[in-house]
Amino acid sequence: MTAIDPTTLSAEVPVHRTKRPDWLGLALALALGIVVVIPLLVVAIWAFAEVWRYPSLLPQEFGFRFWQATLARPDVWNAMSLSLRLSITVTLLSALICLPAAYAFARMDFPGRNVLFLSFLASHAFPKFGLLVAIAGIFLNLGLISTFWGVVLIQLVGTLMMMIWIPVAAFQNVDRAMEEAARDAGAGPIRVFWSVSLPQAAPTIFAAVLLSFVGTFYETEGAWLIGAPEIRTMPVLMITYINNQIVVQYGAVLSVLLWVPSFIALMFTRRLVGSGSFAKGFGV
Amino acid sequence: MAQLTLKNLGKSFDDTDVIRDLSLDVADGELVCLLGPSGSGKSTVLRMVGGFETPNRGAILIDGEDVTRVPPEKRPTGMVFQSHALWSHMSVAGNVAFGLKLRGLPKAQILDKVQEALALVGLEGYGERRVWQLSGGQQQRVAIARALVLEPKILLLDEPFASLDQHLRERLREELRDIQRRLGITTLFVTHGQDEALALADRIVVLRSGEIEQVASPDRMYRAPQTRFVAGFIGSMNFLPCDMRGGVSDHPLFTVRAAVSDGPVELAIRPEALTLLPASGTGARVHRVTDYGTHLLVDVDLPDGGRLKAMCPPSARYETGQEVAPGASHVALFRGDAKLAEVTVERRVADHV
Repeated sequence: MTAIDPTTLSAEVPVHRTKRPDWLGLALALALGIVVVIPLLVVAIWAFAEVWRYPSLLPQEFGFRFWQATLARPDVWNAMSLSLRLSITVTLLSALICLPAAYAFARMDFPGRNVLFLSFLASHAFPKFGLLVAIAGIFLNLGLISTFWGVVLIQLVGTLMMMIWIPVAAFQNVDRAMEEAARDAGAGPIRVFWSVSLPQAAPTIFAAVLLSFVGTFYETEGAWLIGAPEIRTMPVLMITYINNQIVVQYGAVLSVLLWVPSFIALMFTRRLVGSGSFAKGFGV
Repeated sequence: MAQLTLKNLGKSFDDTDVIRDLSLDVADGELVCLLGPSGSGKSTVLRMVGGFETPNRGAILIDGEDVTRVPPEKRPTGMVFQSHALWSHMSVAGNVAFGLKLRGLPKAQILDKVQEALALVGLEGYGERRVWQLSGGQQQRVAIARALVLEPKILLLDEPFASLDQHLRERLREELRDIQRRLGITTLFVTHGQDEALALADRIVVLRSGEIEQVASPDRMYRAPQTRFVAGFIGSMNFLPCDMRGGVSDHPLFTVRAAVSDGPVELAIRPEALTLLPASGTGARVHRVTDYGTHLLVDVDLPDGGRLKAMCPPSARYETGQEVAPGASHVALFRGDAKLAEVTVERRVADHV
């Protein structure tokens, strides 16, 4: 045996240490992955299954028969377009109302500021269904039941918290000196908001907008209670399919269809702002 | 051509006076440093001039025109912030061009002016860079270019170099001084670093708890401080308490003659005004010698428990514990906060040997 070179020895030790896998972390990730992925996987397989009898692990026959059947239905396309129109309208309205409000909460001092700020939480502090039923009563008198704008209003309530709280934090994180520098350069308050505060807070605000869009797209209780029977969004349609049909595949196909918008939105966001600042937007 | 006048300014936050009653004239092309410890209100004064705080009392005049209630975007002032406050979602050129675009200048002219401003701060060709690709010193240069490109009447700087390291700070300080001289722009500079104020200013204003303690040229501020606070705040100073009796100090080591009424006083002596000669029987012993290369700083323990700092030539040699006779060439006498007299003393060394 020749003498061991001390330099190679000392170099190897730390390498070995860093390469040791984190078993606990891996196990946790795996467990979480199973809980999250398995149901999705089952639904996805159902969407492409034509025959799947117990106790077989995989379907006996795969095929697109139920896709054709589902996509041939006009009510599916109507619901899809309605859902998209609803979500876009609600998100835009919410941004229009909430972003200036969030800026005011973050930067200005006015009487009742804290009470008003907490009131945005209030709608989430009580069981939502009770609130919805009460609102439905009011909407009935106003003739808003089963109308597009009725559903818009009810879904708007659901986005308020997200669109106030996250942007407030975002605006508070904008360096005040940056806004002052813009004032100094000759920009009025509105111009400062538009040219400095908003772009500076943009990655975080974009995350809030995205969450609102996806949340609205999948919102069911309000859409169902206020919108029925005329306004049938995708999730509402899916529920009726699952409730009224013995064939599981219709629901599964719709469910897979429903993943598409949120998946596109997430991918789009990642590309646009980069995963780092995107995570920051969620407060990670 | 711009003159800045502050007239009896007063500002309170939550019923606490931050600025009491401050009046100041800044002449055209002058660079005035507001110097003071944190909480002295120096930044508040600057922010009031910039329009970011509204004074509760008094008035701010630029070229004789009252701008006290004018919002920042309409004031002829340009501000450089400590945090540089560059807009990170714009390029370097975008930052500099922002104010010009707001003024609706034609594109070609904006381009020229941006180039010119970047060249002024030594950043030619950096226009397309992102702000975060620059070093701290470069970022602060962009901030200066952004303020100057709008040709403000008054340039305001709020501790602009505080976050930079010593070397860079000194270099940027010199560059700023050159630019300021070349443009002849009236400048108000806030700092808590006395070396910065001494190096930059035409005049220094020392602030203490919202009031002006002294206004003087750097030279006068250092050599003839008018209050005990300024004497202690600018540079380093030895204070030796003793009593005056019949016009003579009763300090065992420093016999100072001055036409001062009897009572307690403090002798204020700069380290460089002290000389240490080897002696015995004085009771003053060398505690520590620190070699700064250009000079030695010698700590001397006094028999009454006090301590002196003396600046000595680097060629001198002192041993720890060695007995010395300190002699002062220049002494100022303070009673309370007020200066009573300034005395140039002859050396008393012979008495002790």
